[in-house]
Amino acid sequence: MKGLASYFTKRVVFAVVTIFIIISFNFFLFRILPGNPIELLYRNPMLTKAQIDALYHQFGLDKPLWEQFLIYIYNSLTGNLGISFYYKQPVTNVLIPALENSLILLVPATILSIALGIITGVVSAWHRGTKLDFALLGSALAFYTMPTFWLGSIFIIVALYIGGIPVSGMYSLGLNYTGIIPRIMDLLSHLMLPLITLTLVLYGEFTIIMRNSLIDVFTEDYIITAKAKGADDKRIIWEHAYPNALLPMVSIIAINFGLVVAGAVLTETVFSWPGIGLMIYDAIISRDYPILQGAFLIISITVVIANLIADFVYSYLDPRIRYK
Amino acid sequence: MTGLSDFWKVFKRNKMGLTGLGIIIFFFLMAVLAPFISPYNPNQTNPNLFLSPPSSQHLFGTNEIGQDLFSRNLYGAQISLEVGFAAAAVTVIVGLLIGLISGYFGGIVDEILMRVTDFFLVIPSIVFMIIISAFLGPSLINVILVIGLLSWSPTARVVRSMVLSIREWPFVEAARASNAGHFYIMFRHIMPNVIPIVFANATMAISNAIFSQAALVFLGVGDVNDISWGQIMHFALYSGAISAGDWWYIVPPGIFIILLILGFILLGYSLEEIFNPRLRRV
Repeated sequence: MKGLASYFTKRVVFAVVTIFIIISFNFFLFRILPGNPIELLYRNPMLTKAQIDALYHQFGLDKPLWEQFLIYIYNSLTGNLGISFYYKQPVTNVLIPALENSLILLVPATILSIALGIITGVVSAWHRGTKLDFALLGSALAFYTMPTFWLGSIFIIVALYIGGIPVSGMYSLGLNYTGIIPRIMDLLSHLMLPLITLTLVLYGEFTIIMRNSLIDVFTEDYIITAKAKGADDKRIIWEHAYPNALLPMVSIIAINFGLVVAGAVLTETVFSWPGIGLMIYDAIISRDYPILQGAFLIISITVVIANLIADFVYSYLDPRIRYK
Repeated sequence: MTGLSDFWKVFKRNKMGLTGLGIIIFFFLMAVLAPFISPYNPNQTNPNLFLSPPSSQHLFGTNEIGQDLFSRNLYGAQISLEVGFAAAAVTVIVGLLIGLISGYFGGIVDEILMRVTDFFLVIPSIVFMIIISAFLGPSLINVILVIGLLSWSPTARVVRSMVLSIREWPFVEAARASNAGHFYIMFRHIMPNVIPIVFANATMAISNAIFSQAALVFLGVGDVNDISWGQIMHFALYSGAISAGDWWYIVPPGIFIILLILGFILLGYSLEEIFNPRLRRV
């Protein structure tokens, strides 16, 4: 088990370093690139020299750079991500509820897309070379190439044409719920379109990976042995082929967390889903840099942690890593 | 693969690759010919025709300030291809260099470069792109650099893993024995063997860049004044045309993006099939 411990230590160290680099990046971005807000304040001709100095002191800019850097890291780690220009509130207060809303959309979409990808991938691989395989692969590829925001927009237009399906926001405006059940039903009806959109743009890649790795596995000796022993098709697929084909899937799922986030940002924008993605879109328009940086940090930390979990799952599934 | 004509002989039998190439040529012609075949000046507004549906005068209808959407969609091909090729060039060059150096030298160099690669693989690149572009301000060069410099990690990984096996081949050993320098071996002996796969990878990089550019412009970072498919979709959302159900505004640019990306993906698959003997069906 020594191999496993050192493997985990390596992954955890890498995760910590990644987050550290992102925090440093945020720090330098704010100080090096043009258009930073303190410089804008500084240019205000109404300010006296004393006021400027007071501002610099308030932001800690009169201290040496390394000290500012340490303060910044301390603040970031303790959840002090600055004040939003637009909301005039601490960034954390704005982004944490948004993160929760994002997860309500993201988690089910990820799970659904993986399930859909595995099922279509298995069916496609088993019927490889047939029309069914062609159709499943074709639609997977089509959804994979579809821009998220475009698919979402098409759904909105269709839903408006049909009528009665909410296309924007998370809850109906101005409704007084009589209990928890109607509130949840309202949420679900708003969740439907963004969830379908995100699931569809994500599942295609899983189908292709699952199909290809299954077909690879089908040529292995132990599958031929199982066939020779007279095992039926279902058993060969689910007991022999599927567990082995799952390994490449797990690593692809881990690599894809970034894509999931991208998809979520775009989906939320189109459907005005009040998550971090919509926050980013609004922050771009209002040039709310603290929100942008805070969102980047929070999203990165989430993705890094998700990756770490995927690493652990991978090592659980693949004993070779444990004993290396 | 000894030459271009040999390559063409194999390639022209590959239906998937030919379809992809055909699609790409179609959009390439669209981009080049846009100034000559557009029925209207794409920037000319018409106060009498706000958001009018498709008609014989305006094949794709008009937008919220009465511009002809057919002309704008034709012009849109230019930016997508420009950004696609330029950003992919940056991606491929950086990925190739990092992969070559990492795989060839191994040891601590490899360890450091691969951790950097992992970093870029893990961080959500689209959000990273948004932040940097928002700070840098809108310009085509910025969008190209941001996309190119944040997308090279998969290429670097593929190149590295190939170099790891190539550097053990006898001819590399022979070169080393005859006292050839590191850079000579890397660029004259190893690189030519990696190039074919890099080309297959480049098509993926191009489709990724086209997608990222459209997403960035759609979100309002990048230059919203240049006509591009992403920009058309940005204004479709921003002007409220989508919530009004004006389908002609949003449908064409999306279909063009899907087709163009599909073209590059098909070309990429076929190149991989041709260059990777294990996948060859001949």
